[in-house]
Amino acid sequence: MKSLIKKLVETVGPSGYESKIREVVRAEVEKYADEISVDAMGNLIVKKGEKKEGGLKVMLSAHIDEIGVMVTHVDKNGFARFTTIGGVRPHTCYGSRVRFLDGTIGVIGGERLENANHVHAIEAMYIDVGAASFEDCPVKIGDVASFDRPFEDLGNRLVSKAMDDRVCAAVLIETLKLVKISPHELYFVFSTQEEVGLRGATTAAYSIDPDLGIAADVTMTGDTPRGIKMDVALGKGPAIKVKDGGMLADPKVVDAMVRCAQKHEIPYQLEVLLGGTTDAKAMQISRAGMPAGCVSVPTRYVHTPSEMVDINDLNNAVKLLTAFISEPIKLA
Amino acid sequence: MKNNEILSQIPEIGEVQIQLLEKLSNAVSVSGEESEVRSIVMEEVKEFADDIRVDSLGNVLVTKKGKVDDPVCVMIAAHMDEVGFMLVDDEGEGLFKFEIVGGIDNRQLVGKPVLVGKDKLPGVIGAKPIHLTTADERKNPIPLDSLRIDVGPGNSKKCKVGDRATFATRFETWGPSLVGKALDDRLGVATLIELIKHTPENIELLAAFTVQEENGLRGARVAAYSMHPEVAFVLDSTPANDLPVWDEEENGRYNVKLNHGPAIYRLDAGTLSDPRLINHLVKVGDDFKIPYQFRQPGKGGTDAGAIHKQRGGIPSVSISVPGRYAHTAVLIARKADWDNTMKLIFTSLAKFNRDVLSVDR
Amino acid sequence: MTELKDTLKKLISLSGLSGNEAPAREVIRAAWEPLVDEISVSPIGSLHALRRGTGPEPRPSILLAAHMDAIGLMITGIQDGLLRFTEVGGVDPRILPGLRVTIHGRKDLPAIVVQPPDYLLDPTQRGKSVAMDHLFIDTGLEEQDVNDLVRIGDLASFAQEPLELSGKTIVGHSLDNRISVAAITYCLQELQHMVHTWDVWAVATVQEEETLGGGFTSPFEINPTVAVAIDVTFAKGPGANDWRTVGLSKGPTLAWGPNTHPYIHKKFLDVVEQLEIPYQKEYIPRHSGTDAYAMQVVAGGFPTMVIGIPLRYMHTPVEMIALKDMERAGRLLAETIVRLEVDFMEKITWDEVKDEE
Repeated sequence: MKSLIKKLVETVGPSGYESKIREVVRAEVEKYADEISVDAMGNLIVKKGEKKEGGLKVMLSAHIDEIGVMVTHVDKNGFARFTTIGGVRPHTCYGSRVRFLDGTIGVIGGERLENANHVHAIEAMYIDVGAASFEDCPVKIGDVASFDRPFEDLGNRLVSKAMDDRVCAAVLIETLKLVKISPHELYFVFSTQEEVGLRGATTAAYSIDPDLGIAADVTMTGDTPRGIKMDVALGKGPAIKVKDGGMLADPKVVDAMVRCAQKHEIPYQLEVLLGGTTDAKAMQISRAGMPAGCVSVPTRYVHTPSEMVDINDLNNAVKLLTAFISEPIKLA
Repeated sequence: MKNNEILSQIPEIGEVQIQLLEKLSNAVSVSGEESEVRSIVMEEVKEFADDIRVDSLGNVLVTKKGKVDDPVCVMIAAHMDEVGFMLVDDEGEGLFKFEIVGGIDNRQLVGKPVLVGKDKLPGVIGAKPIHLTTADERKNPIPLDSLRIDVGPGNSKKCKVGDRATFATRFETWGPSLVGKALDDRLGVATLIELIKHTPENIELLAAFTVQEENGLRGARVAAYSMHPEVAFVLDSTPANDLPVWDEEENGRYNVKLNHGPAIYRLDAGTLSDPRLINHLVKVGDDFKIPYQFRQPGKGGTDAGAIHKQRGGIPSVSISVPGRYAHTAVLIARKADWDNTMKLIFTSLAKFNRDVLSVDR
Repeated sequence: MTELKDTLKKLISLSGLSGNEAPAREVIRAAWEPLVDEISVSPIGSLHALRRGTGPEPRPSILLAAHMDAIGLMITGIQDGLLRFTEVGGVDPRILPGLRVTIHGRKDLPAIVVQPPDYLLDPTQRGKSVAMDHLFIDTGLEEQDVNDLVRIGDLASFAQEPLELSGKTIVGHSLDNRISVAAITYCLQELQHMVHTWDVWAVATVQEEETLGGGFTSPFEINPTVAVAIDVTFAKGPGANDWRTVGLSKGPTLAWGPNTHPYIHKKFLDVVEQLEIPYQKEYIPRHSGTDAYAMQVVAGGFPTMVIGIPLRYMHTPVEMIALKDMERAGRLLAETIVRLEVDFMEKITWDEVKDEE
């Protein structure tokens, strides 16, 4: 699991530019898939099984894009101005390093601040790739990069950029490997462009037209000093989403997941997230609508280059999802 | 009287007493217009009292004679009035401007149903829809002069400027809790009614059901003057601020805590309780194993603030039932605390004699 | 009418918060079932009721949508026997201190929202309107019982009971938008003794207050010819008197703006004028804040209209409506439906439509 996560998180793949990470995922899932396809938005869709008596058509979605930056202008001295892709916050930028799709490394610097205690606005920062001039600069307008930070194994806790949401891609891959017998027709969707508005899941849900939608994504925690007031902590199990900033999980799905976790004695938490949302929102209102829910992996420091997760939560998320989709799902 | 004899005589807090409290809590008696509670009190005590009179402010003054020679004259006071509103301007279409009587945080008004006037006409205090507000606007409380009591556009003739109004909360019990409006001080009123029905024989009970406590202890002042007791106990309710602190540090300013028994006052904004009476209460509480707590010395006050300064001075102490969220639409108190308050005051009276005051203060 | 008023009072005594509308849906189903030919529930819980028209198949159809979800609170944490919470739908924190709620835990528990004394609050909150994450809910129960009975994600609905005030007004929570459900019910009752060629789909939608989820999904399944949202609008009252507000008890509103189809608007206008039903105009320059905003752009798009019912104190526990406005809205819907000719849509001409006063 750890080596899979390392491979996934260290691959560059900001929203809209998921081809590299998609190939990494494809290599992992190919031999477990009944059918595999890539749609117009770049979603990798893995089908497994057929709908049997008492089964449903289930879409599981984990997004493989990550937040990043895009160059808006390279000045004559070779400094690249940039804008953000997804929810990049300025205080995580200054001094960070970025890696472009072609491997070019840059460091983010900033203009002089009137007050050194203030944070640079995005517009007051630039990427320095070590070029001496515009001509010398290997990056140009429109080039994309993600934050660059190596994967660190701290024992139970793991740290890296792009844990959001590659850890859940890993969870889905492991789940796919473990599901042996299921009454359901399963679609594992490794979705794109979640960070810019759930765009991949929106179209995937439309074309798959499932009976039930389950997202796997990260969520925040309230277990850090004077942090947000939220009753989700690292290491206490995957979180079953009740509500986030964009959706209300279907109460029938929440109850079914809770029952499943209790039955298999898998630790779980209940999540009420005050901001943010996930692919399940897009699934819920696709076509005539569908019951939708989400299994979340508690994650500290979301949308920074050092997102932290607990390996036990990942293993338990795999257990929960595997159990959930291996049995008939009673939505009552 | 022997201790076990006293124990057997303590009035119990049962269904009947809670029904009385319910009736008192649901009654509307805003400071200055206490007639509804007054009539309940008089109805309840008339067959037990030796003398009842209503004085010029509206206090109900009840005497119950002792059964011994030269009994100690003990005044016990509980206030009948509650915080509320008065309609001050009729803007037509059923909308009235109003002012607050007593202390109510403006932030507690919005969205509440109210009862207006003697006929208890239902009305509401509404607010501008959130959709029409700005984020900055929502950070500040809605000022009182932007709020209205709305009784509906059809017929505003049933109420008029000058009418009182109060929260339309109906009394309930939730598990171990007593929940209602005006339990400050209907808990005291109910306790005092029980004491009139079950009076220790060693004292002459001078029971004062006072008016206008929330408007500056005005009823108690004249009641104490005319009753001229040797000693006074005040029964009230005091805030239990035993809630978590924002940063989750220890709460050192709880005032009193629920479930910790009656609160004995040492110091508040109006009174330094007589230490001889405090010691008496503590000794009796310890002897009878009745839980009690000290109210954290601080601001606020009770009728004792007026009583102890009348004539040549009257040794006074206050005992309160702890209650959360006083002066809002709902107060939550614990049945157990009320029960222990009843026990403490009854036993303290039964054990009272002039020796308690024989030493100098 | 008394019967409809009773149904309304029952409806506004229920929970049925966004995402959890089942309690309201069952009462609406019981009210609609005798008035329609078919009834079903959508995959996300909206109620779809069909009353067939008399026209030849394939018949055009009109979808009447009123959202049945309500705003409320959701438990986010438990501390020392007190509950922390967040909002479901838009709640102004200033209505919260002292608010009576029902916690839907392992059993229903009465409770109130409480504001700690200023000195126990974060200094930024003192004397201000206290933000939701600094307030608590108190059930009056001991800590252990609270821990046993309540879990994170449990809902708390407003517990304000319905009140009847003067001027045939009703006060309560969730009149936004169950008064519109009542208006559709009134319309269906009227249609029992009328002839209409079009199919009528009465729809009670879900999640309007959070995501417009019902509005985005029901038209996809029903594929109506015309979709009308019936929702509440701002009545003039304390603090609310600008151009966005209309008179309470002065008639339903006909909305005009980008979420309303001018030709459908005109049809309703013709009917109110012809029958002299009191009405008001509501101008909505942008987002209508109703299901029409969603329904308009589902699939290939639908012609939409918004009928409003004036309501005072929106999103407080003491919302106020005039029953007359609801009845007029219901009558307007029914009278318009019977005037929809089979070839109504073919007569639409974009050039001719003017907003005639």
